[in-house]
Amino acid sequence: MSYLLTQLVNGVSLGLVLGLIAVGFVVVFKSTGVLNFAHGSVLLLGAYLVARLHPELGFWGALAAGVAGAALVAALINTLLVRRVAEHDPGVLAILTIGVDILLLTELTRQIGNDVLDIGAPWGASVVGAAGVSLPASRAIAAGTAVVLFAALGALAARTDWGLAMRAAAADPDTASLMGIRLSRTSAVGWGLAGALAAVAGVFLTSYPTPGVEPGVSVVAFAAIPAWVLGGFDSVPGAVAGGLVIGVAQALAIGYESELHFLGGGFGEVVPYAVMVLVLLLRPHGLFGQKEAIRV
Amino acid sequence: MSDRPAASLRLDSPLRLISSLRLDSPARAAGAVLLLAAVAGPLWLTDFWLQAGLFAMAAAVGAIGLTLLVGVAGQLSLGHAFFLGVGAYTYTLLAGEREDGMSGFGLPPVAALLAAAAVAGAAGAAFSPIAGRLRGIYLGLASLGLVFLGRHVWLNAEDVTGGYNGRTVEAFAVPGFSFSDEDPDYLAVLGTPFGELHRLWYLFLAVALLAAYCGRGIKAGRAGRAMAGVRDGETAAASVGIRVARVKATAFTVSSVYAGVAGALTALAFGRVAPDSFALTVSIDYLVMIVLGGAGSIAGASAGAVFVSVLPLMLVQYSAHLPFLSAPGSGGVDAATLSRFVYGVAIVAVLIFLRGGLAGALRHLGIRTARAGRPSRPARPAERSTPKESAP
Repeated sequence: MSYLLTQLVNGVSLGLVLGLIAVGFVVVFKSTGVLNFAHGSVLLLGAYLVARLHPELGFWGALAAGVAGAALVAALINTLLVRRVAEHDPGVLAILTIGVDILLLTELTRQIGNDVLDIGAPWGASVVGAAGVSLPASRAIAAGTAVVLFAALGALAARTDWGLAMRAAAADPDTASLMGIRLSRTSAVGWGLAGALAAVAGVFLTSYPTPGVEPGVSVVAFAAIPAWVLGGFDSVPGAVAGGLVIGVAQALAIGYESELHFLGGGFGEVVPYAVMVLVLLLRPHGLFGQKEAIRV
Repeated sequence: MSDRPAASLRLDSPLRLISSLRLDSPARAAGAVLLLAAVAGPLWLTDFWLQAGLFAMAAAVGAIGLTLLVGVAGQLSLGHAFFLGVGAYTYTLLAGEREDGMSGFGLPPVAALLAAAAVAGAAGAAFSPIAGRLRGIYLGLASLGLVFLGRHVWLNAEDVTGGYNGRTVEAFAVPGFSFSDEDPDYLAVLGTPFGELHRLWYLFLAVALLAAYCGRGIKAGRAGRAMAGVRDGETAAASVGIRVARVKATAFTVSSVYAGVAGALTALAFGRVAPDSFALTVSIDYLVMIVLGGAGSIAGASAGAVFVSVLPLMLVQYSAHLPFLSAPGSGGVDAATLSRFVYGVAIVAVLIFLRGGLAGALRHLGIRTARAGRPSRPARPAERSTPKESAP
């Protein structure tokens, strides 16, 4: 029983981190209509900055620098590149971000080399436990941070002028523009926000029990794509819920791998995608997505 | 307009024969030169270039299939690598012999190649219920799942695929002639010994030309126009009687058949199949090929395929001659890193500066030179839709 509970708690904490990444996908998609393949390398950039700067700035200073750096780079990708593309076609824009991802990832891989960089988090490798369930401290802190960030995000979107502008721009860019909302600014803020969230997720994905910052971390962002799809593309609560579903499913598949052996070794890695294809078969617009109404 | 007939009347008969090939447009002339170079290629190319050419031609077949799906029908797919893999493993399984604990059916390679196309097409048709209900990036992301699921199956079905390390691929052969270094053991054309690479070159060239020819036909025909209609507006297409779900399913199936053939060719060119040859990056590479070339353009897809498959090989091969490159692992820019940089910059630059990719840029260039030059050649009616073609 406590084994099952441990797996569930692990899955929830992993799911919340995936949710942070998936919310980044949602925000970028809502503010600019782009499927952002560069998200993974922005995440890696954030983690890399923290790992490189923490000996000099201390962990918290490095964290601030990493979040700011990732946000700045993401916003610049939008302002300098995405907005310059003449054809506003989702496929073309997605491929542009692939190009950016290749450039950023190649440079980061070159900088990191074959090393695995330590993130230098103050919670280290400690483990917290209660009621027979043990959890790495980093995962517990990740879960708490994610919940706080989601709440803050919800409050910002609902209660500030800035959130109102973002929502208006997402709902109808042309009308919002006519009402005096600067789309260049809202889209840059959307991308920057996604970059900042990715950097935070990157820090948690590279602290204990994972070894540290290495180029492969950027691939983890892909596991958040199913979470995003499950949530229905344009819903922030949906992305969080999708992250939880994927995180729990993955943790259970890995935890009970010996019982699931008939599905093949390493099934835990493909669980997110299996769940995604199944859900899309049953609900083509995800769990929380709204069906597009077509007016003729 | 009045001065043109006079000019062409002065041509004497051999020239008229040449002009009947309609090499008057720069594109056709360039195509003819390229074709001649490709046919003569094995006579003077080194093994390195032959191998690169095989990869490029295999990729061109796959890219033409993807451009029909993404460029013509407007259905974004990140699952192309999955269908390539289905084709490659089908060929390997059916043509391979039963040995070393591996399954194999020992079928004639020609039958195995056709079956690879058919099985990949069937896989595409099986996916089309999902494809018919989704569109745009929804579809792209659903097909992303296929790549990961396929990889999982290939890693685990070890007696069919050889697992992570893969398995060797049976050489292609027709009765009495093998596309390998044997049977006939020695074959020379104009003094050049023709080994496996030389022989495969002509097989690949024939398949690639057939693929391009069929691709043009599909694009210009009824099916292609229905696909373009779906791309430009599903509601509008449905309102003129196009069955949208069926057209999408057709596009997916056709593109998967192309991918199946391309996968089998890739397996033949490598001589070995392994799951890593069909990872997500391969799907992305194919998308890059068609976008660089100009989505929807057959020639553009082929050019993109050549660029994407030859560039990294070339940079690695000739890295010793580039003084600013450093050895791998020394922290500087090595050849593999440089090729990734060039690749990334090419994608970003083409999308930002060249609207419609290479094909679009060439088209603009053609229009500009035609305007600047003589009273321009008139648009050939055959290239526009003639009344006969556009009649329902």
